[in-house]
Order: sequence, then structure tokens, then C-alpha cells
Amino acid sequence: MTAHHPGEQLLRQYVRGDDVPADQLWAVEAHLESCAPCRGRLAPDPIAEQVWADLAPVLDRTPQMPPARSWLRHVSHWVSPVAGPWLAMILLVTAVAVALDQAGSVARGQISLVLLVAPVLPVLGVAASWGRAMDPAHELTAATPRAGLPLVFRRTVAVLAVVVPGLLVASQLTGASLTQWMLPCLAFTTCTLALGGLIGITRAAITLIAGWAAGIVLPTIALSRTSVALDVAATPVWAAVLAAGLIVIAVRFRTQSRSS
Amino acid sequence: MRAVGAEEVAPTSHPWEIQADGLVVRVGGRRGRNAVNELTLRLGRGVHGLLGPNGAGKTTLIRTLATVQKPSAGSLSLLGTPLGRATGLRPLRRRLGYLPQHFGYYKRFTVREFVEYLAWLKEMPPEAIPGAVQRALEKVGLADRADDRLKTLSGGMVRRAGIAQAIVNDPEVLLLDEPTVGLDPAQRLSFRELVAELGQQACVLISTHLVEDVAAACTDVVLVSEGSLVFQGTPAELAAAGTTDHVGDSPIERGYTALLSAGPGRSGW
Repeated sequence: MTAHHPGEQLLRQYVRGDDVPADQLWAVEAHLESCAPCRGRLAPDPIAEQVWADLAPVLDRTPQMPPARSWLRHVSHWVSPVAGPWLAMILLVTAVAVALDQAGSVARGQISLVLLVAPVLPVLGVAASWGRAMDPAHELTAATPRAGLPLVFRRTVAVLAVVVPGLLVASQLTGASLTQWMLPCLAFTTCTLALGGLIGITRAAITLIAGWAAGIVLPTIALSRTSVALDVAATPVWAAVLAAGLIVIAVRFRTQSRSS
Repeated sequence: MRAVGAEEVAPTSHPWEIQADGLVVRVGGRRGRNAVNELTLRLGRGVHGLLGPNGAGKTTLIRTLATVQKPSAGSLSLLGTPLGRATGLRPLRRRLGYLPQHFGYYKRFTVREFVEYLAWLKEMPPEAIPGAVQRALEKVGLADRADDRLKTLSGGMVRRAGIAQAIVNDPEVLLLDEPTVGLDPAQRLSFRELVAELGQQACVLISTHLVEDVAAACTDVVLVSEGSLVFQGTPAELAAAGTTDHVGDSPIERGYTALLSAGPGRSGW
């Protein structure tokens, strides 16, 4: 660069952002890019630096805006804002099933209601968490990037976080074994998600619940005998169903995330 | 100060924000009908008014552009991203803003929580959300009611909260379905100012059946009937299409009736 450094006055005008003619402005800017001493002449005022140094740490700690209720923010990232009553209902149903089992009022205590409702509860919760019928803001939600599997996963985790502890307590009280209800419960949840990808979560939930009621609940009550499907011997079958559901979801998730 | 990402300063590589070719959207299942029929449309930056009689397919078109409804045939590109193959839908949706005609909301949320929740759903960086929410609420004039529950608001305020959630992520394509319903005249005026400001940075598509909204706020008019494009041009060109023989109180209304009575396919447009 030649030794044509900008004069003191021009440089001050440039710093202040005054109305410098465009050609001069460009010349000053181009010169500053390559001339370190002139950039040094631009160095900020020591007072400004001092003020900034005092302010910067405070700025990081000062909230910019009044924060919203933070518990709500954390909860609404996982639980559908309309799922509250449904989750309460799920716990209530669990409690009622335990009470009836304790009283031995269903088929003289030969069958366990807890086992019969266990697979259905998470399906209800998942259906309540995602769908046009349940969620008033579904149209808004459906157009956002988190819509679809990412959001459904989060809400399913939240539903399971309510259902599983509730059933855990219930099985402690009624003496049902863990694998007897846990595997059907998880298998039905994954099947809802896997089937939901094809026909929609709500329809998938209705199909599964109807199938469970017709295939297992009705015969059980009619014959007053626990179905073979709920026997401990059926565990490998449920495990296989669970695995199949997980594989379907994983495949769908991979194709979705690869394409986005 | 807001950090400017590489995406924002990258030059645009697409000629049109919205580009539809022979777009067909079928609604109502197997025995349904084509709500959008062979629509070809190009929209760039600016404020575009989407006009048409009831049942013309305005809402279906907006829902398709908002990626809620899948197109049945034809091609559609938003911001240079072709839709339909589910490619890049997630990053694309981050750059969209959408206000549905009937939007539900959570009554127990405050205005701020509602807009924050939508900002989170739009995957905005967490540190940017509080500031962006405040800016959006100030733009729609709801900053003083920000901490009131939604159920305490009037219909016009709820609609403004809806506009706030649509613009909270500074969208590049903003789709507003009947945004002026329920707004009083003063709010309509400030809405038009807001839209004109947004239209300098983004492609704004406003569906409405209020012709005067279009005359005042839009740089461009899109007229659809029975799912097809009837007319696209400036409000002045729309007004020029009408003669005093046509029904209407203003030149634009007369132009509107003139073009609709000519019907799609029969006119030279």
C-alpha cells in the first residue's frame, strides 16, 4: 500500500459515520483493511472500553425479558398441553383396577384387571397427546419443524413416565409380575407409533384398543380365565412384537432424518 | 444484539419464494374433489393478496404452502426446496410462518407462553426466544397484555397473538389465512403497516375476502376461483379490469366481479 494515509479529519468523519462521499468512504475502508497503523488510530476510546468491560459480565447475568413460568416451559416441551386430564384419568383407571383386583370382585379374583388395562393405558395417553381431535392447536403445531416423530417421541416418553410408575405401584399391590404387564405395555406403545406412521396416531390407537378388547379382554371376561397372551409363557411373543415395532420406528426415523 | 447466521447472509439461490407448477391438491379422501386444480403460481418478496370467493381453494392452497397438506400432483417449491419428497422439510419449516384461519390455542397459557411455545416448536435457539417473543408482541401491539391468560383476551387480541406467533421466527414465507377477521378498523390499519414492513423482507401471502384490505396493503393480487388462477397482477391492474357495468362499490371490487364472471379458462388471463 502506498503511503496515502487518510487525514485525521477524514478518519474522524468515518468513525462518526458522517456523510462522507462514497468514493472517499470506499478508499478509507479499503485502506484500513490493509493498514494496521491506521486501524490502530481507530482504536476505541479508553472510556468506552472501560464502560464495556464493566457492563459485559452484568449483561450475561441480566435476563433480557421477564421469564415465563419456567416449570410450564419444561413441562410443555414434553407433555402435550392438553394431555393433563388424560394422564390424570390414566392414573385413576390404574387405581380403580387395583381396587377391583384387591376386592376380588371381577370373576371371583380369577383374572387381574391391572393386566387387562396395562397395554391400553399408554395407547390412550399417546392418542391424547397427538391428533387433530384432541389438540386445539394441532394445525399450528403441524406446520412447525418439531411436528411429527420428534414431538410424538417426546410426548410418548412423557406418557410412559406417568403410566409405568403407576403400573409399577399397581403390580406391587396386586402381585403381578413385572414382565407380565411391562412387555405388553411397551409393545402396544411402539405398535401405536409404528402403525401411526401409516394411518395416523388416532386411528392406530383405536385399531389397537379395539383389537385388544375383542381379542383378549372379552374372551378373558367371558371365560373367567386369564388369557394365554398374558401368561408368562407368552413373554417371547411380546418381546418380538416390541422389537418389530421398534425396528419399524427406527427405519421411519432414519428415512425422515436422512431427508431433512 | 442478534447473532446473524451464515444461512441469513447467504445469497438466495432461488428465483421465487413460492413456485407452483400444475399444483393439484385433493381433499376429502377418495370421493373428494380437487380444491386446488392445476394451479401455476410464482410469488416473490412482497405482500400478495389471495382473493377469491368462498370455496375457491384459498385455505387449501395456504395449508399446502404451509406444508400441512400434501399436494396430490404437480410440483411445488418453497424457498428453492421442492416439496413432496419430504426432502429438507424440517429446515424449511423453520423459515415459514403460518396463521391458520381457525387456530386453536391453549386457554391456560399466557400470551407470552403461547408465543414462546410456538417459537420452541419452530426450533429457534433457546437464547433467542425471549427477545424474539418480545419483539413479535410489540409489533402486534400486545406487549402490555403479554402476561395475561389467552382466555381473558378478546377475539381480535387472540388473532393478534396468532399473528405474533407467525412472525416470531422472522419467516421468509409468511402465510396468513384471514388475518383481519375480528380486528377493529384501527387494528386493521396497524396490521396493514406491519404487513407492508414484513413484505420488504419476506414473501407474505394474505388470504382474505375483504377487497379493501388488498387495495390498501398488497403490492400484488392473486385471484383464484375453483382452485385455478384467474388473475395475477397489481391492485391497479385488477381495478382496470372492471367497468362501471360490473357490480361493486370500488374500482377493485368491480374488477374482482368482472374477472370472476369471466371465469377461469374463458378469459385471456
